[in-house]
Parts: sequence; C-alpha cells; structure tokens
Amino acid sequence: MTEVKDFGRLMQGNEACAEGALAAGTKFFAGYPITPSTEIAEILAEKLPQVGGKFIQMEDEIGGMAAVIGASLTGLKSITATSGPGFSLKQENLGFAVMAEVPCVVVNVQRGGPSTGVPTSPAQGDVMQARWGTHGDHPIIALTPVSVKETYELTIKAFNLSEKFRTPVILLMDEVIGHMRERVQLPKQGEFEVVERKKPQVGPEQYYPYRDDGTGVPPMASFGEGYRHHVTGLVHDETGFPSNKPEMVKKVLDRLHKKISDHLDEIIMAEETNLEDAEVMIFAYGSVARSAKKAVNILRKNGVKAGLFRPITIWPFPSTKLQEHFNRIKKVVVPEMNMGQLVGEVERAAAGKSIVTPLNRYDGELITPVEIVEKVQEVL
Amino acid sequence: MESIAREVRLSGSGGQGLILAGIILAEAAIHDGLNTVQTQSYGPEARGGASKAEVIISSGDIDYPNVAEPEVMLAMTQEACDKYVGTLSNKGILIVDSTFVTEIPDTTATVYSLPITKIAKEELGRTLVANIVALGAVTGLTNVVTHQAIVDAVLARVPKGTEELNEKALSLGYEYANNASREFAKGKMLQAN
Repeated sequence: MTEVKDFGRLMQGNEACAEGALAAGTKFFAGYPITPSTEIAEILAEKLPQVGGKFIQMEDEIGGMAAVIGASLTGLKSITATSGPGFSLKQENLGFAVMAEVPCVVVNVQRGGPSTGVPTSPAQGDVMQARWGTHGDHPIIALTPVSVKETYELTIKAFNLSEKFRTPVILLMDEVIGHMRERVQLPKQGEFEVVERKKPQVGPEQYYPYRDDGTGVPPMASFGEGYRHHVTGLVHDETGFPSNKPEMVKKVLDRLHKKISDHLDEIIMAEETNLEDAEVMIFAYGSVARSAKKAVNILRKNGVKAGLFRPITIWPFPSTKLQEHFNRIKKVVVPEMNMGQLVGEVERAAAGKSIVTPLNRYDGELITPVEIVEKVQEVL
Repeated sequence: MESIAREVRLSGSGGQGLILAGIILAEAAIHDGLNTVQTQSYGPEARGGASKAEVIISSGDIDYPNVAEPEVMLAMTQEACDKYVGTLSNKGILIVDSTFVTEIPDTTATVYSLPITKIAKEELGRTLVANIVALGAVTGLTNVVTHQAIVDAVLARVPKGTEELNEKALSLGYEYANNASREFAKGKMLQAN
C-alpha cells in the first residue's frame, strides 16, 4: 500500500463546532434548528447518540436553552446553537444560567438582523446582544473565531471556561465562518486541555451549593448523585434559597463578577499581527479579521505600516491589552459587519489617545480587503 | 514565497448540486497537497434562485475567503450567468451549460459552451450527475487540480453504488472540454492564418 500523506481534510465551520463540542466531552444538545447554524444541530443529532449522549429538538429556542440548563445540572456538558432570532429567545434563560451558575455553551452563528432579517447572509450585529442581551448586571464570556480550525479550538475552550467558572459561555460565530469550508488539520484528543467541573468533596449533608470555597467558584454537585439543592434565578444565599438581604445581594453579584474579572489572564485572548512598528491599527474580529489580515499585507506592500489587533475574546473586552498600543499607535480603523458596535468599546479604551474610525457594512456582504485598505489610506 | 491563489466560481440554481461540486473541487485540491477555502452564497429557497459555490486554491494561506476575480466561472443557468459574470477575470474562462444558457453576455473571457445537462441526461440517463459532468469540464479546461485528484475526490464523496456512473460523468465532461479546447485552438490558428 502506498503511504497516505496527511494533508488534512475539508471541514465546515459549523462542523468544526460540533466536532469541538464532542471533543470537549459534550453529552447533550437541545435546541431548534435555524440557518446559518443548522449543521451544528444536524451533526450532533447524528453523533451524540453514538457516544451515549442525548439530542433533543425542542419546541423552540426558549425550551432549548431551558433543557440545556437542566441537563447541565445533572452533570452533562451541554450546548445549544442558534442564530439571531433564536439568540433573542434564549436571553431569559441565559440570565438564569448566569445567576444559578450553570455551565453551558451557547453558539450564535450571526446572520443579518433585526428580527428574521437576512437568514443566509453574514453579520456581526449581535455583539452587544451577547454582552447585554439578558437583563441585569451580569458577567459574560464571548469568544469569536476567525477560521474553521479556530472554531474547533474555541468550542473546546468555551466548554473549558464554562465548566471552570460555572458560567454560560457564548461562541459568537458569523455566517461566513459557520458555512465556509477550509482545509484543517485538527489536534488529536490528548493534545488539548479538557476541563471538568469541580465537584463537592463533602457528602450531601454538608454540601452548600453556593458556598465559596475561596476560589469564587463553588463546587457543583450533579443532580442524580444524591445531592439535592434549590436552583433559582432569585438572588440566593449559599444554600440556594432566595434572599433579598442587601448585603447578600451585593455579595452574590460581587462574587459572580469577581470570579470572571479575577481570571482575565485565563479568559482574554487576542492575536496581534505586525503591531510592533505599526502607525495604524486595524481592529477586527470574526470573518472580517480575515479581510483585515489581507488588507495589512496589501498596505505593508505599499509601504504603509499597518497592523492587526484581533480580539478572540470579545467579552470581557480586552481593554488593557489594547491600551498597551494606544500610547504609540494614534490611528485605529474598526471594520465591522454592523452599524458600529464594538467600535464604541475601542473608543472607550482609547480614551481620546488615538483616533478611532469605524468602517461599517450591513448589506449582508463581507467587508472586502480593498474597502479596509481604502479606509486606512483615508485616515492616514 | 509569494503564493498564487486560483479562484473558481461554480454558479447556477439551487438544486443543481453546485455546492457539492465546490466541496469536491476543494477536496481535490487537498488531495494535491494544496490549501483551499470553499464558500457559498444562496438565497433562502431550497430550490431555484441564483446560487454559487466558490473555491480558492493556493499553496499559501488564504485570508479573505471570497472569490474576487475568478479565472474560471461555470454558469449552469442564464440567471446565474448574467448575475455573476461581471467580475470574471479578463483572461478568464467562462464555461456555460448550453442546455440552459442561450445568451452569452458580453465578456472578454474565453467562452466554452457545452451541453452539460444534456450530456448527463442523454448519455448517462441521469440529469442528477450534471454537476459531476461540469466538474469534468472545469478541470479539463483548467489545471486547478490534477486529473487524478478530481477522480479520487469524486469517488470519495459520491454514494456507494454510484461510483461508476459518476466516474463516467466526470470523464464525459473532461472529454467534451478537451474537444472544445482543441476546436478553440484550431479556430485561433485559422484566425491567425
């Protein structure tokens, strides 16, 4: 037999998300199919039963999110996938998962909005919804992949962060990344970290479901293993039962935020390209960052010192990492497939030190490298 | 090293199997050891409407995933032909399925008019394999992937039991393309004389 060289394989972004979820050890998907995320549900419907997992198509996205929370409480790594309209429906229960500290991964493959909008076209219009879609002061983690391979890696990472910090994590994709196929060579099982949630070291009689063990993240018992406790969206004390004592309300909210803000170094990821000597920064994420990378190459060939800052974690926003550059780089261009969302955060981080210029496209087409090049030339 | 990206656009109507054709072409590129990105654009309808699958093949990294200026474009409906021909490269190749495309738009590209769906229907008895005939034509008229790679990629993708039919479809497309290419070369020589 001739030797077969491993050139990798062709894989779709949504497929990489489903495969990443399986690699992270997910055993549960509930949701409602919607373009452009449907392949994630389709693939997990086929593959989850093969690994002893469960797939449920629910009556709608509200039910899908509720089932994911329930499954996670029994100890299963759980995931749902949707697009804008479904993401809107998931917000209420997403807040519940934040408050009750239930780990889960929520994938939103963004399409054009508002409402049912443009189902088969890409957009980045849900960036602020990912941050503030559910009500009340709440922390959130949102990751945004640039490629098929990174979709695989970030799906695993989303589970890891979710399980480690007992919090929902949003994987914010877009139609381009979800539907495109590219050659990938994926890491093998064992070549990446897989985090399991921390379980109680004490018996059911001594267990307090929301008692801080000093890490900010209380150990989590699985329903069905002898532990019984109350789970509520109301502010609760360490027993899990509701409390509206002002000191308890503040304590709970502080801990919910602190368990994230104390670990930003583990959570915040960004890719920096050609920024060392750059006179202009392009700040771009998701599929737009691909156009931005090409734009940087074109600009460099034409003697313009351009660089790319690509946030991989968009929430929490990587302000500190970004600010390191603003002492020197005075011009920033922010291309987004929306009418200007994350650009506000860039401006806030720049605090007047650098001039931030948006470049927006919201006609359902990916911003092209040439459009970015032209905008950079305009601001220089 | 500067790598050259080669861009291919396969266009037609939803249901003609062009996204699958794009996937197979991209997989053939991987068989050749090359890097590739495949994207698609289609409307909300399951059938009908203009749709396209695009493939970029390169020995280097591919950042911007969309095709800007394809060197070869296949059009399997008049609507798709009219809609997408605009950005075809000057020295490009336009392959039209003459079963459906009767009016060739103004273009500086070299045009090959082949009865792709008719071939599938009359010579193979299955219009379903028109996309594979088309792949044969595209790879016959360009060298974006090697012949062996496209044969391997087709056989790896098609359902069990249809290998022979699909291989035949591919060869027919390839032959028609080569004949057309020879005719074209002859025509050029005649013109030169």
